[in-house]
Amino acid sequence: MFKWFGKVNFSPYTKVTDFADHLKDGRLMGSKCKQCGHESFPPRADCSQCLSGDFEYKEFSGKATLVTYTTIHAAPTGFEDVAPYTIGVVDLKETGRLLAWFGDTIPESEIRMGMDLQVVPRIFEELEDIKVYYSLEKPGTTWSVAE
Amino acid sequence: MSRVGIIGIGHGQFGRRSDATVQELAFEAFREAVQDAQVDPKEIDGSVIGSVPEYHKQRSLPGVVQEYLGLNPVPTWLTEVACASGSAAIRTAWMGIQSGAHRLMAVIGCQKMTEISTPEILALMGRVGEVQWESVFGTTFPAYYALFAQRHMHEFGTTREQLLQVAVKNHFYGARNPNALFQKEITIEKALASDPVSDPFQVYDCCANADGAACVIMASEEVAKKSSKPVAWLDGVGCATASMSVLRRPNLVGLPSAEKASQKAYEMAGIGPGDVKVAEVHDCFTVAEIMAYEDLGFCEKGAGGRFIEEKQSYADGQTPVNIDGGLKSKGHPIGATGVSMTVEIVKQLRGEAGERQVRNADIGLTHNVGGIGQYCFVHVVRRD
Ligand SMILES: [Zn+2]
Repeated sequence: MFKWFGKVNFSPYTKVTDFADHLKDGRLMGSKCKQCGHESFPPRADCSQCLSGDFEYKEFSGKATLVTYTTIHAAPTGFEDVAPYTIGVVDLKETGRLLAWFGDTIPESEIRMGMDLQVVPRIFEELEDIKVYYSLEKPGTTWSVAE
Repeated sequence: MSRVGIIGIGHGQFGRRSDATVQELAFEAFREAVQDAQVDPKEIDGSVIGSVPEYHKQRSLPGVVQEYLGLNPVPTWLTEVACASGSAAIRTAWMGIQSGAHRLMAVIGCQKMTEISTPEILALMGRVGEVQWESVFGTTFPAYYALFAQRHMHEFGTTREQLLQVAVKNHFYGARNPNALFQKEITIEKALASDPVSDPFQVYDCCANADGAACVIMASEEVAKKSSKPVAWLDGVGCATASMSVLRRPNLVGLPSAEKASQKAYEMAGIGPGDVKVAEVHDCFTVAEIMAYEDLGFCEKGAGGRFIEEKQSYADGQTPVNIDGGLKSKGHPIGATGVSMTVEIVKQLRGEAGERQVRNADIGLTHNVGGIGQYCFVHVVRRD
């Protein structure tokens, strides 16, 4: 259920709703068009290349390199309690990009442009509702729950 | 193709306008523009309203504005493309007049933003990013431009000081603009002492939310030629888009929409970047102005930091930019901004900019960006 994705979710209904179920089970999924084979991350149900609506999920390795990052001090509604937090945009090894928080394995002082990272599926343990996300961690970090 | 002329301009006070509703703000700018154009409001055959509705309690804004301006029963409608809504309104009026459906139109950019709290605005504006995959991580509008800034600094060696030199320039000119929200000069030291927002940005890298309105009266060539005012001709209109998501952009050091929109505008006007004598660019954040120098071709890609350091965008530099203070100092009532830029350019073309007047200003340009570059409108305005 896609409403599980994110601390605050703004789009609970989507054709790629199972993405969040996979993430909960520790798998990071992109999409692959069954018609033309075009792969995408973030996953999309409808192919931008051939317009086909026939897609399948493809598991991504989570291997990534850092394109850019920033630490947000002035947080929007719903995120005040976690500020300041650092977000990064990464190029995924397979294709596409994602944006995520840096996790505990990488202190801010160690962040460098172009560094190798591992995208790791996470669950907010302290929350009663199921809330999943992913974080940017040191290469080799495996799936684990947040502290 | 026949031409479309701007024959009247009006600009209200930008700032925290707890004294007025949005339609009252619109009226101030409209009255000034109608008086400036010396037209009978009854001759106006339609209006276009540039505004972003989410910030207002009033639903369906054009209706309330049209009534308050006394323009019923002629048509009106809203254009919305985030912070470029005002330029979209101008483009729409240009299309309306070019099509022959209209001869004389009022374009009003108007916005009230200060009725909601800053965290709410941060949340609303952050959702100009893609909400499904990005806003879930608490992205904000400054954060997106900060991602651009970090990358620009990394790839081209743009410095923290160069970013802030944009703010220093725009406050320098804003101090000379009576309609600006902040009419005070600043120093780099003061800017460096301000609170962090999203690294590398601090408060002085960011434009301020504001209330305000601006208006232009646009006319067909035939109507404009009878105007008693020197006509500012809208000779180049370029518009382009880029992906909603930063995750699908070709690079993070510029806005592809701005490059495309300016190419179209230059081509239509038959000019190049070197012909622009004065420009208004969308400096929502300091890096945005530096990227604009490059995207518009005022300098090479990556040379924007040096461009401001060498003061090439000051009034006596190669290409004067934001000589009214820019969004940074004027404030950014998002729907009004594109129209406000146009008002300033027309003033410059007419030689009415007072102590902010740029010499030999015969060709001006506006560059108005929506969101984080999803939309860009570039307009070339020329006097005969
Ligand atoms: Zn396909």
